[in-house]
Amino acid sequence: MSATASLTAEAPNYLRDGSTLGSWLFTTDHKRIAILFAIGITIFFFIGGTAISIVRLELVTPAGDLVSDDTYNKLFTIHGIVMVWFFLVPSIPATFGNFLLPIMIGAKDLAFPRLNLLSWYLYIAGAAFTVITLIAGGVDTGWTFYTPYSTMFSNTAVLTAAAGVIVVGFSSVLTGVNFIATTHMLRAPGMTWFRLPLFVWGIYATSLVMVLATPVLAMTLLLVIAERWLDLPIFDPSRGGDPLLFQHLFWFYSHPAVYIMILPAMGVVSEIVACFARRRLFGYSFMVYCLVAIAVIGFFVWGHHMFVSGQSAYANLVFSFMSFMVAVPSAIKVFNWTATLYRGSISFDAPMLYAFGFLGLFTIGGLTGLFLATVPIDIHVTDTYFVIAHFHYIMVGGAVSAYFGGLHFWWPKITGRMYPGSWARFAAILMFFGFNFTFFPQFVMGYLGMPRRYHAYPPEFQVYHVLSSAGAAVLGVAYLLPLCYFAWSFFYGKRAPANPWQATGLEWQTSSPPPTGNFVAVPAVTDPYEYHPKEGPIDVQGQLL
Amino acid sequence: MDRRAHNNELWVRPVLTWIALCILLALTCGLSYVPLGNGNLIVALAIAAMKASLVALVFMRLSEPNPLTRLAAAAGPIWIFIMFLFVGADYFTR
Amino acid sequence: MSERVFLRTPWETLARQHVAVSFGMWVFLASEILLFAGLFGGYSIYRSLYPHGFLAAGRETDIVYGSVNTAILMTSSLTIAVAGRFARAGFGAAARRLLIATIALGLLFLVLKGFEYREDLEKHLFPGPDFPLAQKGAQLFFSLYWIMTGVHAIHVSCGLIAVGRLAFLSRRRVDWLWGSGSEEATALYWHLVDVIWIVLYPLLYLTGRSGHG
Repeated sequence: MSATASLTAEAPNYLRDGSTLGSWLFTTDHKRIAILFAIGITIFFFIGGTAISIVRLELVTPAGDLVSDDTYNKLFTIHGIVMVWFFLVPSIPATFGNFLLPIMIGAKDLAFPRLNLLSWYLYIAGAAFTVITLIAGGVDTGWTFYTPYSTMFSNTAVLTAAAGVIVVGFSSVLTGVNFIATTHMLRAPGMTWFRLPLFVWGIYATSLVMVLATPVLAMTLLLVIAERWLDLPIFDPSRGGDPLLFQHLFWFYSHPAVYIMILPAMGVVSEIVACFARRRLFGYSFMVYCLVAIAVIGFFVWGHHMFVSGQSAYANLVFSFMSFMVAVPSAIKVFNWTATLYRGSISFDAPMLYAFGFLGLFTIGGLTGLFLATVPIDIHVTDTYFVIAHFHYIMVGGAVSAYFGGLHFWWPKITGRMYPGSWARFAAILMFFGFNFTFFPQFVMGYLGMPRRYHAYPPEFQVYHVLSSAGAAVLGVAYLLPLCYFAWSFFYGKRAPANPWQATGLEWQTSSPPPTGNFVAVPAVTDPYEYHPKEGPIDVQGQLL
Repeated sequence: MDRRAHNNELWVRPVLTWIALCILLALTCGLSYVPLGNGNLIVALAIAAMKASLVALVFMRLSEPNPLTRLAAAAGPIWIFIMFLFVGADYFTR
Repeated sequence: MSERVFLRTPWETLARQHVAVSFGMWVFLASEILLFAGLFGGYSIYRSLYPHGFLAAGRETDIVYGSVNTAILMTSSLTIAVAGRFARAGFGAAARRLLIATIALGLLFLVLKGFEYREDLEKHLFPGPDFPLAQKGAQLFFSLYWIMTGVHAIHVSCGLIAVGRLAFLSRRRVDWLWGSGSEEATALYWHLVDVIWIVLYPLLYLTGRSGHG
């Protein structure tokens, strides 16, 4: 087969390689498994979104008049559990990581393809537990499962919810093991560590956190199950237990978990910014060091979730200081992305709009994190909407924006189709405005004292809640739009060339979609982000700008 | 000598290690009956660390020079240390 | 037997595949160590908070069962370690017999554990209304005892299935043990199960024996 023929979509590709249900459900092809994950996380994104839509509808009026308080508790709990463990944690790693990691390093598949399939089945098993939890009436402990409420007083399906999270956690661990082994053992000749795209580094750093943090969550929830089901005293104060031990063990995972959710997003943003500014990434090695630094220092900060729980003042001091430290590498990354834009030739395609959104929203989220790391301020705003706004700016404004950016960047590669650019740009801008309308008022009302997880509230907060709910409606539309035009693109979208964005990176050297073995010809490995000569960007005459 | 080296690698070293493990087991069991106050726990954990190291270095072949596996092997204990350090920072300063 | 039979996508050489499988298992072992970390952490905290309760409770575990089981697990570590070396040197049949010895020892561990659990329950050493000790923290000790040994026993069972798989798949072709690369990974997992028990043993069985600390 000639080289040109292999680059057209009529050529054999992984999508056409078997069309039975079995060829999908028993696949070991990392690209198909990525799609299986994508379907799962999309379904859960809309389940979590539906739950919170009902919450935001309830909050339009100060009285608790739409749903009962118990139902309200169940709604925000399932929103948290679903969004954290069944959407955000797997989102970029299990979809783009799975699809792109082997291709970006020049490999044929992940190190352990069958383990990869097991990861997906564990995700499905965990998802089944969650569905059973919903059918059994839901769980109302909050996604944080705090004791002693979860172990002794809640009358809801805590056991199945905890079991679901434990199972999906193992999916995470196995994916992490697979990615680490792949990155170490399967790089193509010439692909040295410091030639890896930052997306690969982001996935690698994430995998380190997944492997080391997730098991602690599994054990902690197992202890909750043991106390609740077998009545074994562990956290029960009346029998000598300490509820704070639960919080220490829970947050030992759950703080690094937020880095699991943001490190891949940072990797995606690096790819997009370099490509759409036509610039080499500024400070590549520092970007690498910062990814690893965030992953490691992220393990030292969890106590900032417990400043008012009864921790010692000395512990507060230590965790506050470490939380300031972890902000430094994040800030360096923001500066470097910004510096990458300097003297760039910027095109405002949809992926770049999402990346810009990330830069602004992640920065706001990160700065408000510093407020929260400051103990005197945290005492005032803890458990208020200020905290909710902070983490949504990072998780939604940051991670979800990056996810959508990646979706729009790699869609042609994954599906072999182009999507309508104007609709995509419109959706990106709509999302930015919808997001800010939803979450900025929450900073204000949190500061003014509006507590989180409250079903009814004093009337003076209503104006903020109405703004927030209106924003949420716009945000919902902005999320549904891509669903529509991506589906449209499957049937009517223009066939994508191998490299529609003229991007660097090995994934663009193969066809769109790629063949099952990823490459027809051995790819040529170069330095990453060779968008211009090392000295600087040049004009059409070849002169340095 | 080639035969002896061959046997050494094949079963002699593992069996010698096992004998050492049994001796350490007897030692830690016996010492637990000697009143040492807080020393009992320290001694028992120290012996456990020695036994674990023997299993890791000989049975799990960590004594063979392989930086990658040594890094992976070290990660677990280092992260446990991190957990103990920061949890302790709360409990021992209350 | 041709090496190509054992080669799996995406590996180019069997040697590389073997290295990767071992490395992957080591990374997984790191996660397993962190799984038990929370239990060790809880034990440390509660022991420092309730020294008398822990010492009193620690005396109630059966040191004979505990010590015998430790010896059994250490011996099974020996058998599987030597099995690996024999397999590598080409003595597949001997290696397979040692694997079966490992399984037998592992099963013996679980059987003894079962008898020990029954004895513990007869002594009402499960936290509840009939719990015999009144010291604060004694019940916490036993909560941790049941969970630590229970989770460990689950790991022993998974290990037995893995070693059993090796013995089963190599029944017709003993050289499969070396070729596949999964022997080393399975052995590493089994050694970890042994190491975890080596740490659990003093915490659960040697506490309070001297009457003081």
